[in-house]
Amino acid sequence: MNNDTQVENRVVVAMSGGVDSSVAAALLVEQGYEVVGMMMRLWSEPACGGGPAAANRCCTPDQMADARRVADQLRIPFYVLDAQETFRQVVVDSFIDAHARGLTPNPCIACNRQIRFTYLLNQALALDAAYLATGHYARVRRGENGRYQLLAGVDAHKDQSYVLHVLSQEKLAHALFPVGEYRKDEVRALARRFNLPVAAKHDSQDLCFLSDGDYRRFLREYGRDAAPGPIFNLAGEALGQHDGLPFYTIGQRKGLGLTAPEPLYVLRKDVARNALVVGPRAQLGSDTLLAADVNWVAGEPPAAPIQAQVKIRYKATAVAATIAVVDAAQVQVQFAEPVLGATAGQGAVFYDGEVCLGGGIITGRAP
Amino acid sequence: MNQKRRIYLDHGASTPVDPRVIEAMAPYWATVYANPSATHQDGRLAAQALDDARQTIARLFNVQPDEVIFTGGGSASDNLALRGVLWAARQAGRGSHLITSAIEHPAVLQTAVQLRDLFGFAVTVLPVDGNGRVQPADVEAAIRPDTALISIMAANNEIGTLQPVAEIGAIARAHGVLLHTDAIQAAGHALWDLQTMPVDLLSLAAHKFYGPKGIGVLIARAGIELVPVITGGSQEEGRRAGTSNVPLAVGTAAALRLVAEEGARRGAALQALRDQLIAGVLAAFPEGCRLTGHPTARLPHHASFAFRDLNANDLLMHLDMAGIAASSGSACKSGSPKPSAILQALGLGPAWTIGGLRLTVGTQNTADDVAAVLDVLARAVPRLRQLGAPLVQG
Repeated sequence: MNNDTQVENRVVVAMSGGVDSSVAAALLVEQGYEVVGMMMRLWSEPACGGGPAAANRCCTPDQMADARRVADQLRIPFYVLDAQETFRQVVVDSFIDAHARGLTPNPCIACNRQIRFTYLLNQALALDAAYLATGHYARVRRGENGRYQLLAGVDAHKDQSYVLHVLSQEKLAHALFPVGEYRKDEVRALARRFNLPVAAKHDSQDLCFLSDGDYRRFLREYGRDAAPGPIFNLAGEALGQHDGLPFYTIGQRKGLGLTAPEPLYVLRKDVARNALVVGPRAQLGSDTLLAADVNWVAGEPPAAPIQAQVKIRYKATAVAATIAVVDAAQVQVQFAEPVLGATAGQGAVFYDGEVCLGGGIITGRAP
Repeated sequence: MNQKRRIYLDHGASTPVDPRVIEAMAPYWATVYANPSATHQDGRLAAQALDDARQTIARLFNVQPDEVIFTGGGSASDNLALRGVLWAARQAGRGSHLITSAIEHPAVLQTAVQLRDLFGFAVTVLPVDGNGRVQPADVEAAIRPDTALISIMAANNEIGTLQPVAEIGAIARAHGVLLHTDAIQAAGHALWDLQTMPVDLLSLAAHKFYGPKGIGVLIARAGIELVPVITGGSQEEGRRAGTSNVPLAVGTAAALRLVAEEGARRGAALQALRDQLIAGVLAAFPEGCRLTGHPTARLPHHASFAFRDLNANDLLMHLDMAGIAASSGSACKSGSPKPSAILQALGLGPAWTIGGLRLTVGTQNTADDVAAVLDVLARAVPRLRQLGAPLVQG
């Protein structure tokens, strides 16, 4: 956004009421930025049975009160934005839709791309802030050539660069990740040093819009009806019935209702035939995959295939692979060793050591 | 906190206490502090101050001192008026029907709803026209044999419209029905002579006219039976229990006296600023912005607008960051604004009803303040409109 009224040291912090974003705000205040706290009201389903909302679901009134308290203590302005409709359409509806199409999405990727770093970033820029800061465990570096790099957070266990692989150069230029320089235990120590009221709060788990962490139940209630269908083995023989494709994950062994001489795992979802395809563990591995909607953080794809480390899901360990560009938005990833349970819909994110190069959404195995 | 100079344009929400009012209240915190109900000298001193305050207020409205009741605030006055009259009327077999309007303050409407839903009173809620005015003919048509009270506010807090209270009062008198008027927004701008203005019960709140928070007044004409809401001791002639708040009562009287003395001068200055604001905003936004409330029959300090396709909370945020305090009928601290019931009552559709902006000027505001807010709005509104465009696939 072309903006000559931008205030150079003004930063909007996306506050959730949690420890990480609270410490991020406190650090920025200490560093002399003009800090503005913002929280987005997102859509989440009502608590089960109408009872009190579960702890640590994002953006509940309690979370809001916590965030507001932290903001008051830091003596920074605090505002709440209504992003319910946008979030519902962009994150929740696309989550349901992806499952209906046989994919297993990671909605945090869509949220970071379109809610945090589009909607909220635009709101921050409209308020003449130069930066949007979050409590993500990640780092931004500006290289000598002026290019921005996205780095994994210092704490490998907490690193969240995976969900930030969608960021462009333009967006990274406006991003700050204050807690990425610290380990989690150091962040908690900082929270105590800053005397923040949320210092002892537990970390949030689960998808933020679920009231109880049970996405299968959520899909049953909010998704389109998922029809039961056959379970085939690789030879095409029908072994049993599944309850609906969305309720199964790639690599799942339990709950299939099958008796077989050797354990059988879900290998893939055949949407065209509404079938689950199962097979022995040895078949779970793939040494290639295709990914689409690829974002290259540096701004354009590499000219030639590159060696990198690839995570095929948020909690996966990065493994060695060669990445070759297929076209402007697609890559083929060739793993040095077969990986188990590559799942269409998940993010495949590429690293060069601690530098996150970008990533895309897994569409399937390469032919 | 943000270092910008603050421009306060939310006097409809509350006002700073005038230094002369603070001075008037000063002795009553720690020098003359006894309970005015006590029989000892210390109590009598306090009682005298309370009496003087009551007399002052009575004089300013041309009523008797025992027609002035001190309450805990504006909402408390409204509650006492509605509950007090309706319960007494039902007890005496004089009926249990209330007529009120769709644009009353929640202190009246929520009370009416509870009386209806929990206690079986009948309530008629009258519509308003596009400027927010109640039609006297509608009031007359709604009166029934069992109507015990009509409650129509003097001026609406969100849209500033002045109601035709004199006409409605005449109709009420003709039918032998009591009229209550919530004058909480209006009293600071016009004190009524209640010998000529046909109003039976009048609610006031001091903090709207440069007096202290935490105290209100209900003027109830002699002979009106009220079942007390707060029961206990026999203060306020048994109409509202609780130790009288002498300093706040003294402050209320002092603030009202300043209204009487300075009101006309204040009003002229405020109206000039109001009109600059209205002209400025309407000129800056010929599309997608409208004045809400009556263009001329409105509070002299009150400018209110509705912006199409805009979330007023985002606008308030931009104003706040620029140092300007304003408000909205759908202001919401939890990110889930509800459409304004008042704007809906005017007939505005969903594109407008979370876009209400209220600017209420006060005695410290200047033409520079008006210029500043017009400047900020000129920048903020187009920016917010741009954000509202379909979400870019980022």
